[in-house]
Amino acid sequence: MFELSETPGDGQMSKAPGDNAFLSVRDLKVHFSTSDGIVKATDGLTFELERGKTLGIVGESGSGKSVSSSAIMGLHRGTNAILGGEILLEGVDLLKVSDEEMRKRRGREVAMIFQDPLSAMHPYYTVGNQIMEAYQVHNDVTKREARKRAIEMLDRVGIPQPDRRVDDYPHQFSGGMRQRAMIAMGLINNPSLLIADEPTTALDVTVQAQILDLLQDLQRDFDAAVIIITHDLGVVAEMADDVLVMYAGRAVEYGPCKEILTHPQMPYTWGLLSSVPDLTASTEAKLLPIRGNPPSLLNPLPGCAFEPRCDHVAKVGGDLCRTTLPDLTPATSGGNHTKRCHIKNADEVYEAEILPEIAPDLVED
Amino acid sequence: MWAYVVRRCLMGVVLILAMTLVTFTLFFATPIDAARYACGKNCSEEQRDITRAALGYDKPVVEQWAGFIKGLFAGRDFPLDEAQREAAPEQVTHCAAPCLGFSNFNAKTINEMVSEALPVTISLSVVALVLWLIGGVLFGILAAMRQGSFLDRGIVGATLVIYAFPSFAIAVFLLNYVAIKWGVFPYPKYTQIADGGVVEWFGNLLLPALTLALLFLAGYVRMTRAFVLESLTEDYIRTANAKGLQRKKVVFKHALRAALTPLVTMAGLDFATLLGGAIITERVFNYPGLGLLTIQANAAFDLPVLVAVVLIAGSFVILANIVVDVLYAYIDPRVRVG
Repeated sequence: MFELSETPGDGQMSKAPGDNAFLSVRDLKVHFSTSDGIVKATDGLTFELERGKTLGIVGESGSGKSVSSSAIMGLHRGTNAILGGEILLEGVDLLKVSDEEMRKRRGREVAMIFQDPLSAMHPYYTVGNQIMEAYQVHNDVTKREARKRAIEMLDRVGIPQPDRRVDDYPHQFSGGMRQRAMIAMGLINNPSLLIADEPTTALDVTVQAQILDLLQDLQRDFDAAVIIITHDLGVVAEMADDVLVMYAGRAVEYGPCKEILTHPQMPYTWGLLSSVPDLTASTEAKLLPIRGNPPSLLNPLPGCAFEPRCDHVAKVGGDLCRTTLPDLTPATSGGNHTKRCHIKNADEVYEAEILPEIAPDLVED
Repeated sequence: MWAYVVRRCLMGVVLILAMTLVTFTLFFATPIDAARYACGKNCSEEQRDITRAALGYDKPVVEQWAGFIKGLFAGRDFPLDEAQREAAPEQVTHCAAPCLGFSNFNAKTINEMVSEALPVTISLSVVALVLWLIGGVLFGILAAMRQGSFLDRGIVGATLVIYAFPSFAIAVFLLNYVAIKWGVFPYPKYTQIADGGVVEWFGNLLLPALTLALLFLAGYVRMTRAFVLESLTEDYIRTANAKGLQRKKVVFKHALRAALTPLVTMAGLDFATLLGGAIITERVFNYPGLGLLTIQANAAFDLPVLVAVVLIAGSFVILANIVVDVLYAYIDPRVRVG
């Protein structure tokens, strides 16, 4: 994250890293007050993202991935959510701007693509109508111009015969085409930040690859920052520059994608990697799921949220895991890689215990 | 699509015919002598026999029904007895197709009576429909957007209180207080558009139509509220918000559009029921519509009129069902065939 300053230092204090980051989320909290108490869906999330880069947020259902990204979109406004921290987009705190100001930024500067395009599109309006609407709300253009632009975008995302398909309804599109149309809708205003919430989960595998390729292509063209939310590590490996692993509303591991995938230092990330099926392994090989269930966010444990499911508590010793929440600290491998775990020699544990199980061929090298 | 409509219409005709058979059987199976009522009080035995023959009551029920159906398609001449027609050709009344019958009591064909009463009922129903739809949808949306607030509870509570009143109570209140004692509106009296213009027609219809509208209001407020709230939780509403659409547009264009489908169904069927005549409201306001006609026919045991009213009311319900189904295809593109 430290970059060489182009102008030589003239004695002035240089800005702290991240101050000029394109998107900087600091200590983001999204809490929901319910009749049973406060649910801390996201608690103290911090990350940064530059234009043209992709951040992958990974985690189980309920780990706070979607809630956090909805917070960036300002979609919690008008609900009972309690938000805290800062979301700085080009220096402007999105949590502080007025509702009307946020509405104007939504769809224009920050856009979002949703998981299931069939339910995310209105069944009673044509695809073209819905895309045009996204354009017209932020641009003072005639219907004809908006339609032309919608057809252009449909063409850009690879819909055949866009001038005819523009008048189709969502149910007349195939799953992959619907997601392409969603992407067209999201990108029609050239947003600088695009959040893709599990964009390929509802699609079949061959189409998934196409959609990911398309997203990468468009990201290059539009120079957008992309946050891709997923539970699929394959998607992360293909798309992301940085990876943020979330568990129980908190970041548990954060760093460059390659670092995280090759030197993970948090048992939850190990669990995620172990749960990925290996195509080359024998059919006898067992998948290694993470035992147990995600914890309740209503009454968080005082210690590490992953402790009840963790197989490595003994390596820490004492009651530390149960009593003290580990901080997000730099990983032993250095770099910008941080992890939230008490294990001191995580790197060694990974190489000795985890790697042989999930990728034996890598160990031999 | 058209094949579907034609098929539905043919089915509708069959249904209507079946309905006439049932009503015929029901009415004429009662242990009363229809001819005695048709002939009136102080009617001698001879006169009664003449009436019986004139109206065809001397024939078996099935034959009477066949005659009625024939009249619907080809028209009929009254009296039905050929000898009577020949004896007094100047008294023959021709009833053109679709002939609904002859009311001896009123010495008129039922078609004539219905053509006077139907515009009143249609006017009343249309104005009531407009009132309750506008009121119901607006208040419903308002309640949904302020869910859980005093406004929401106030709207739902107030409409429920109104709903709890029987229609005659509301009608009497509006007539006695609003029109007579407070003089807010002139005493409502049905005026044709041709006679008094649209404004007077509407002004006179307002109170009776309001009575009917208030009865339906509670249901429509609650339904609209529930449907809008439900559709506001849909994924496509989140998408609409994510586009940066104005709240108004999200609610009225996206949420309401989805909520409209079940509302149209309900409104279509309720409207059809009303077209059969609003008996109590028309009675209180003395509006000469189908409802009042029904009451009068009922009091006088004017069976042919009752049969005709049942037939008309039933036809409206059948027709409304077809219309609603066809409308569905326009509202929901997923229903469209091909």
